[in-house]
Amino acid sequence: MIAEQGIEYESALRFFGKMSASVSHEINNTLAIINENAGLLEDFALMADKGRAIDPARLKTIAEKILIQIHRADSIIKNMNKFAHSVDERVRSVDMNDLLQLMIELSSRFASMRGVTIELKRPAEPLFITTNIFFLENLLWQFLDFAMDITGQEKTVFLNADITENHILIRFSQLEGLKSAPRNTPSVTMTEGLLDALKGKLTTNIEAGMIILTLPKDINR
Amino acid sequence: MKTRVLVVDDEEEFVEALSERLIMRDYDVTTSLNGEDAVEKVKSYNFDVVILDVAMPGMNGVETLGEIKKIKPLTEVIMLTGNATVESAINGMKLGALDFLLKPCETEDLISKIDMAYNRKAEHEQRIRDAKVQDIISSPRSVLK
Repeated sequence: MIAEQGIEYESALRFFGKMSASVSHEINNTLAIINENAGLLEDFALMADKGRAIDPARLKTIAEKILIQIHRADSIIKNMNKFAHSVDERVRSVDMNDLLQLMIELSSRFASMRGVTIELKRPAEPLFITTNIFFLENLLWQFLDFAMDITGQEKTVFLNADITENHILIRFSQLEGLKSAPRNTPSVTMTEGLLDALKGKLTTNIEAGMIILTLPKDINR
Repeated sequence: MKTRVLVVDDEEEFVEALSERLIMRDYDVTTSLNGEDAVEKVKSYNFDVVILDVAMPGMNGVETLGEIKKIKPLTEVIMLTGNATVESAINGMKLGALDFLLKPCETEDLISKIDMAYNRKAEHEQRIRDAKVQDIISSPRSVLK
Protein backbone atom coordinates (compact mmCIF):
# COMPACT_ATOMS: atom_id res chain seq x y z
CA MET A 1 0.00 0.00 0.00
CA ILE A 2 2.76 2.36 0.96
CA ALA A 3 4.73 1.80 -2.26
CA GLU A 4 1.54 2.15 -4.33
CA GLN A 5 0.94 5.60 -2.85
CA GLY A 6 4.42 6.78 -3.81
CA ILE A 7 5.75 6.69 -0.27
CA GLU A 8 9.00 4.96 0.31
CA TYR A 9 8.42 1.95 2.52
CA GLU A 10 11.86 2.47 4.02
CA SER A 11 11.21 6.08 5.06
CA ALA A 12 7.89 5.12 6.68
CA LEU A 13 9.65 2.38 8.59
CA ARG A 14 12.44 4.80 9.53
CA PHE A 15 9.85 7.18 11.01
CA PHE A 16 8.24 4.35 13.01
CA GLY A 17 11.68 3.23 14.19
CA LYS A 18 12.72 6.76 15.18
CA MET A 19 9.63 7.26 17.31
CA SER A 20 9.92 3.80 18.91
CA ALA A 21 13.60 4.32 19.74
CA SER A 22 12.86 7.70 21.31
CA VAL A 23 10.02 6.24 23.40
CA SER A 24 12.18 3.35 24.60
CA HIS A 25 14.90 5.83 25.57
CA GLU A 26 12.37 7.85 27.59
CA ILE A 27 11.08 4.73 29.36
CA ASN A 28 14.66 3.76 30.11
CA ASN A 29 15.24 7.15 31.74
CA THR A 30 12.20 6.75 33.99
CA LEU A 31 13.32 3.21 34.90
CA ALA A 32 16.77 4.54 35.80
CA ILE A 33 15.20 7.08 38.19
CA ILE A 34 12.91 4.44 39.72
CA ASN A 35 15.94 2.15 40.07
CA GLU A 36 18.00 4.75 41.95
CA ASN A 37 15.12 5.72 44.23
CA ALA A 38 14.31 2.07 44.98
CA GLY A 39 18.00 1.64 45.74
CA LEU A 40 17.80 4.59 48.13
CA LEU A 41 14.90 2.91 49.96
CA GLU A 42 17.01 -0.25 50.17
CA ASP A 43 19.91 1.77 51.59
CA PHE A 44 17.63 3.30 54.22
CA ALA A 45 16.30 -0.18 55.13
CA LEU A 46 19.89 -1.40 55.61
CA MET A 47 20.63 1.63 57.78
CA ALA A 48 17.50 0.94 59.85
CA ASP A 49 18.68 -2.67 60.28
CA LYS A 50 21.85 -1.28 61.78
CA GLY A 51 19.83 0.79 64.26
CA ARG A 52 19.92 4.18 62.49
CA ALA A 53 16.72 6.21 62.84
CA ILE A 54 15.07 6.92 59.47
CA ASP A 55 12.87 9.96 58.96
CA PRO A 56 9.46 8.74 57.65
CA ALA A 57 9.02 12.02 55.73
CA ARG A 58 12.17 11.19 53.76
CA LEU A 59 10.75 7.78 52.84
CA LYS A 60 7.48 9.41 51.78
CA THR A 61 9.34 11.82 49.50
CA ILE A 62 11.18 8.96 47.80
CA ALA A 63 7.95 6.99 47.35
CA GLU A 64 6.34 10.08 45.78
CA LYS A 65 9.26 10.44 43.39
CA ILE A 66 8.86 6.82 42.33
CA LEU A 67 5.12 7.34 41.76
CA ILE A 68 5.79 10.43 39.61
CA GLN A 69 8.10 8.37 37.41
CA ILE A 70 5.56 5.55 37.18
CA HIS A 71 2.94 8.07 35.97
CA ARG A 72 5.49 9.47 33.51
CA ALA A 73 6.28 5.99 32.14
CA ASP A 74 2.56 5.18 31.98
CA SER A 75 1.87 8.26 29.89
CA ILE A 76 4.82 7.47 27.56
CA ILE A 77 3.54 3.91 27.08
CA LYS A 78 -0.03 5.13 26.41
CA ASN A 79 1.30 7.47 23.72
CA MET A 80 3.33 4.67 22.18
CA ASN A 81 0.26 2.46 22.21
CA LYS A 82 -1.84 5.12 20.45
CA PHE A 83 0.94 5.59 17.92
CA ALA A 84 1.33 1.85 17.30
CA HIS A 85 -2.43 1.51 16.68
CA SER A 86 -2.37 4.28 14.08
CA VAL A 87 -1.54 1.66 11.43
CA ASP A 88 -4.55 -0.53 12.33
CA GLU A 89 -6.91 1.01 9.76
CA ARG A 90 -6.06 2.63 6.46
CA VAL A 91 -8.42 5.53 7.06
CA ARG A 92 -10.23 6.64 10.20
CA SER A 93 -11.52 9.68 12.01
CA VAL A 94 -9.65 11.51 14.82
CA ASP A 95 -9.72 14.86 16.58
CA MET A 96 -6.89 16.81 14.94
CA ASN A 97 -6.04 18.46 18.27
CA ASP A 98 -5.58 15.08 19.95
CA LEU A 99 -3.34 13.99 17.11
CA LEU A 100 -1.25 17.18 17.32
CA GLN A 101 -0.96 16.71 21.09
CA LEU A 102 0.21 13.13 20.57
CA MET A 103 2.83 14.22 18.04
CA ILE A 104 4.06 16.95 20.39
CA GLU A 105 4.45 14.42 23.19
CA LEU A 106 6.17 11.88 20.92
CA SER A 107 8.51 14.64 19.75
CA SER A 108 9.21 15.99 23.25
CA ARG A 109 12.60 14.29 23.59
CA PHE A 110 13.74 15.64 20.21
CA ALA A 111 12.50 19.09 21.27
CA SER A 112 14.24 19.03 24.64
CA MET A 113 17.50 17.85 23.03
CA ARG A 114 17.34 21.02 20.90
CA GLY A 115 16.16 23.23 23.76
CA VAL A 116 12.89 23.88 21.90
CA THR A 117 9.33 24.08 23.27
CA ILE A 118 6.32 23.18 21.11
CA GLU A 119 3.09 24.87 22.13
CA LEU A 120 -0.33 23.85 20.90
CA LYS A 121 -3.02 26.53 20.86
CA ARG A 122 -5.93 24.21 21.36
CA PRO A 123 -9.49 25.35 20.59
CA ALA A 124 -12.33 24.20 22.84
CA GLU A 125 -14.14 22.36 20.04
CA PRO A 126 -12.82 19.12 18.52
CA LEU A 127 -11.72 19.26 14.86
CA PHE A 128 -12.44 15.91 13.29
CA ILE A 129 -10.49 14.69 10.31
CA THR A 130 -10.95 11.44 8.40
CA THR A 131 -7.66 10.42 6.89
CA ASN A 132 -4.73 8.01 6.94
CA ILE A 133 -3.50 8.60 10.48
CA PHE A 134 -0.07 7.03 10.11
CA PHE A 135 0.75 9.07 7.01
CA LEU A 136 -0.48 12.21 8.76
CA GLU A 137 1.67 11.50 11.82
CA ASN A 138 4.65 10.95 9.54
CA LEU A 139 3.96 14.22 7.71
CA LEU A 140 3.48 16.17 10.96
CA TRP A 141 6.79 14.82 12.25
CA GLN A 142 8.59 15.98 9.08
CA PHE A 143 7.19 19.47 9.66
CA LEU A 144 7.89 19.50 13.39
CA ASP A 145 11.44 18.32 12.83
CA PHE A 146 11.98 21.07 10.27
CA ALA A 147 10.20 23.71 12.41
CA MET A 148 12.34 22.91 15.47
CA ASP A 149 15.47 23.63 13.40
CA ILE A 150 14.32 27.07 12.26
CA THR A 151 12.44 28.39 15.28
CA GLY A 152 14.85 31.26 15.98
CA GLN A 153 15.85 32.81 19.29
CA GLU A 154 12.53 32.28 21.07
CA LYS A 155 13.00 28.52 20.69
CA THR A 156 9.24 27.98 20.66
CA VAL A 157 7.21 26.50 17.80
CA PHE A 158 3.51 27.40 17.91
CA LEU A 159 1.05 24.95 16.48
CA ASN A 160 -2.65 25.34 15.88
CA ALA A 161 -5.38 23.72 13.87
CA ASP A 162 -8.34 25.43 12.29
CA ILE A 163 -11.33 24.31 10.28
CA THR A 164 -12.98 25.56 7.08
CA GLU A 165 -15.97 24.08 5.26
CA ASN A 166 -14.01 21.23 3.69
CA HIS A 167 -10.53 21.49 5.11
CA ILE A 168 -8.40 21.42 8.22
CA LEU A 169 -5.54 23.92 8.36
CA ILE A 170 -2.50 23.24 10.52
CA ARG A 171 -0.21 26.18 11.16
CA PHE A 172 3.39 25.95 12.34
CA SER A 173 4.36 29.48 13.38
CA GLN A 174 7.12 31.60 14.93
CA LEU A 175 9.57 30.09 12.48
CA GLU A 176 11.96 33.04 12.46
CA GLY A 177 14.55 31.08 10.54
CA LEU A 178 12.21 30.50 7.59
CA LYS A 179 13.66 33.54 5.77
CA SER A 180 17.22 32.34 5.98
CA ALA A 181 16.62 28.57 5.83
CA PRO A 182 18.42 26.96 2.89
CA ARG A 183 15.07 25.47 1.92
CA ASN A 184 11.74 26.79 3.16
CA THR A 185 9.93 23.47 3.44
CA PRO A 186 10.93 20.10 4.90
CA SER A 187 12.63 17.58 2.63
CA VAL A 188 10.64 17.64 -0.61
CA THR A 189 11.26 14.00 -1.48
CA MET A 190 10.12 12.96 1.96
CA THR A 191 6.93 15.04 2.10
CA GLU A 192 5.75 15.01 -1.52
CA GLY A 193 4.54 11.42 -1.41
CA LEU A 194 2.86 11.96 1.95
CA LEU A 195 1.15 15.18 0.79
CA ASP A 196 -0.13 13.41 -2.34
CA ALA A 197 -1.36 10.42 -0.37
CA LEU A 198 -3.17 12.70 2.10
CA LYS A 199 -4.45 15.02 -0.70
CA GLY A 200 -2.79 17.83 1.20
CA LYS A 201 -1.37 21.18 0.18
CA LEU A 202 1.53 23.12 1.62
CA THR A 203 1.86 26.91 1.71
CA THR A 204 4.54 29.00 3.34
CA ASN A 205 4.35 32.59 4.49
CA ILE A 206 8.01 33.47 4.80
CA GLU A 207 7.39 37.01 6.09
CA ALA A 208 5.12 35.73 8.87
CA GLY A 209 7.44 32.80 9.62
CA MET A 210 4.62 30.35 9.07
CA ILE A 211 4.03 27.05 7.31
CA ILE A 212 0.43 26.05 6.63
CA LEU A 213 -0.64 22.53 5.90
CA THR A 214 -4.11 22.17 4.34
CA LEU A 215 -5.79 18.77 4.46
CA PRO A 216 -9.26 17.60 3.39
CA LYS A 217 -11.63 17.03 6.33
CA ASP A 218 -12.52 13.72 4.75
CA ILE A 219 -10.01 12.07 2.45
CA ASN A 220 -12.75 9.84 0.96
CA ARG A 221 -14.76 12.74 -0.47
CA MET B 1 40.88 11.00 50.97
CA LYS B 2 37.43 10.44 49.46
CA THR B 3 37.10 9.67 45.73
CA ARG B 4 35.89 12.85 44.00
CA VAL B 5 33.06 12.05 41.60
CA LEU B 6 31.17 14.33 39.20
CA VAL B 7 27.75 13.00 38.11
CA VAL B 8 26.46 14.57 34.86
CA ASP B 9 22.96 13.89 33.55
CA ASP B 10 20.08 16.10 32.39
CA GLU B 11 17.57 14.01 34.39
CA GLU B 12 17.63 15.93 37.69
CA GLU B 13 15.78 13.25 39.67
CA PHE B 14 18.30 10.65 38.53
CA VAL B 15 21.26 12.84 39.46
CA GLU B 16 19.80 13.59 42.91
CA ALA B 17 19.10 9.96 43.80
CA LEU B 18 22.38 8.58 42.45
CA SER B 19 24.47 11.26 44.15
CA GLU B 20 22.72 10.64 47.48
CA ARG B 21 23.51 6.92 47.21
CA LEU B 22 27.16 7.63 46.37
CA ILE B 23 27.46 10.09 49.28
CA MET B 24 26.11 7.35 51.60
CA ARG B 25 28.99 5.20 50.32
CA ASP B 26 31.46 7.89 51.28
CA TYR B 27 32.20 9.43 47.88
CA ASP B 28 32.71 13.18 47.49
CA VAL B 29 30.00 13.94 44.93
CA THR B 30 29.33 17.00 42.77
CA THR B 31 26.47 17.13 40.25
CA SER B 32 25.85 18.79 36.94
CA LEU B 33 22.77 18.87 34.70
CA ASN B 34 24.49 19.62 31.39
CA GLY B 35 27.77 19.28 29.54
CA GLU B 36 28.67 22.97 29.56
CA ASP B 37 28.36 23.21 33.36
CA ALA B 38 30.27 19.94 33.79
CA VAL B 39 33.20 21.29 31.76
CA GLU B 40 33.28 24.46 33.92
CA LYS B 41 33.31 22.33 37.09
CA VAL B 42 36.10 20.13 35.73
CA LYS B 43 38.16 23.28 35.05
CA SER B 44 37.89 24.43 38.65
CA TYR B 45 38.04 21.14 40.58
CA ASN B 46 40.18 18.05 40.32
CA PHE B 47 37.71 15.16 39.99
CA ASP B 48 38.91 11.57 40.00
CA VAL B 49 35.93 10.18 38.08
CA VAL B 50 33.18 11.68 35.93
CA ILE B 51 29.96 9.70 35.36
CA LEU B 52 28.62 11.13 32.14
CA ASP B 53 25.27 10.63 30.40
CA VAL B 54 25.59 10.24 26.63
CA ALA B 55 22.32 11.86 25.49
CA MET B 56 22.01 15.41 26.83
CA PRO B 57 20.65 18.62 25.30
CA GLY B 58 23.27 21.14 24.23
CA MET B 59 26.76 19.71 24.54
CA ASN B 60 26.21 15.95 24.36
CA GLY B 61 28.10 13.34 26.39
CA VAL B 62 30.69 12.56 23.73
CA GLU B 63 31.45 16.27 23.16
CA THR B 64 31.67 16.81 26.93
CA LEU B 65 34.05 13.86 27.21
CA GLY B 66 36.30 15.43 24.56
CA GLU B 67 36.41 18.74 26.49
CA ILE B 68 37.07 17.01 29.83
CA LYS B 69 39.95 15.01 28.36
CA LYS B 70 41.45 18.20 26.90
CA ILE B 71 41.35 19.95 30.29
CA LYS B 72 42.16 17.04 32.61
CA PRO B 73 43.48 14.05 30.63
CA LEU B 74 43.93 11.95 33.77
CA THR B 75 40.34 12.30 34.98
CA GLU B 76 38.59 9.02 34.24
CA VAL B 77 35.17 9.06 32.57
CA ILE B 78 32.45 6.40 32.73
CA MET B 79 29.69 6.88 30.14
CA LEU B 80 26.07 6.18 31.08
CA THR B 81 23.67 5.31 28.31
CA GLY B 82 20.23 4.02 27.43
CA ASN B 83 20.17 1.25 24.81
CA ALA B 84 19.53 3.73 22.02
CA THR B 85 22.91 5.37 22.44
CA VAL B 86 25.26 2.41 22.99
CA GLU B 87 27.10 3.25 19.78
CA SER B 88 27.85 6.75 21.09
CA ALA B 89 29.13 5.25 24.33
CA ILE B 90 31.46 2.96 22.38
CA ASN B 91 32.65 5.99 20.39
CA GLY B 92 33.25 7.63 23.76
CA MET B 93 35.52 4.78 24.77
CA LYS B 94 37.50 5.33 21.58
CA LEU B 95 37.88 8.95 22.71
CA GLY B 96 39.23 7.97 26.10
CA ALA B 97 36.31 6.98 28.33
CA LEU B 98 37.24 4.10 30.63
CA ASP B 99 33.99 2.18 30.26
CA PHE B 100 30.25 2.53 29.80
CA LEU B 101 27.20 1.35 31.71
CA LEU B 102 23.66 0.79 30.50
CA LYS B 103 20.83 2.57 32.33
CA PRO B 104 19.29 1.46 34.61
CA CYS B 105 22.46 0.10 36.16
CA GLU B 106 23.24 -2.05 39.17
CA THR B 107 24.73 0.09 41.92
CA GLU B 108 27.42 -2.49 42.63
CA ASP B 109 28.52 -2.42 38.96
CA LEU B 110 28.75 1.36 39.07
CA ILE B 111 30.66 1.33 42.37
CA SER B 112 33.14 -1.23 41.07
CA LYS B 113 33.71 0.82 37.90
CA ILE B 114 34.18 4.02 39.93
CA ASP B 115 36.74 2.27 42.14
CA MET B 116 38.49 0.80 39.09
CA ALA B 117 38.58 4.27 37.53
CA TYR B 118 39.97 5.80 40.73
CA ASN B 119 42.73 3.15 40.91
CA ARG B 120 43.62 3.65 37.26
CA LYS B 121 43.93 7.41 37.74
CA ALA B 122 46.01 6.92 40.87
CA GLU B 123 48.32 4.53 38.98
CA HIS B 124 48.73 7.05 36.14
CA GLU B 125 49.54 9.81 38.59
CA GLN B 126 52.04 7.57 40.38
CA ARG B 127 53.72 6.72 37.07
CA ILE B 128 54.02 10.41 36.24
CA ARG B 129 55.54 11.12 39.69
CA ASP B 130 57.96 8.18 39.28
CA ALA B 131 59.01 9.43 35.85
CA LYS B 132 59.70 12.90 37.29
CA VAL B 133 61.77 11.42 40.12
CA GLN B 134 63.65 9.30 37.56
CA ASP B 135 64.33 12.47 35.54
CA ILE B 136 65.74 14.21 38.61
CA ILE B 137 67.91 11.20 39.51
CA SER B 138 69.27 10.83 35.99
CA SER B 139 69.96 14.54 35.50
CA PRO B 140 69.90 16.38 38.84
CA ARG B 141 70.83 19.69 37.20
CA SER B 142 67.45 19.74 35.45
CA VAL B 143 65.88 20.53 38.82
CA LEU B 144 67.88 23.74 39.00
CA LYS B 145 66.75 24.93 35.58
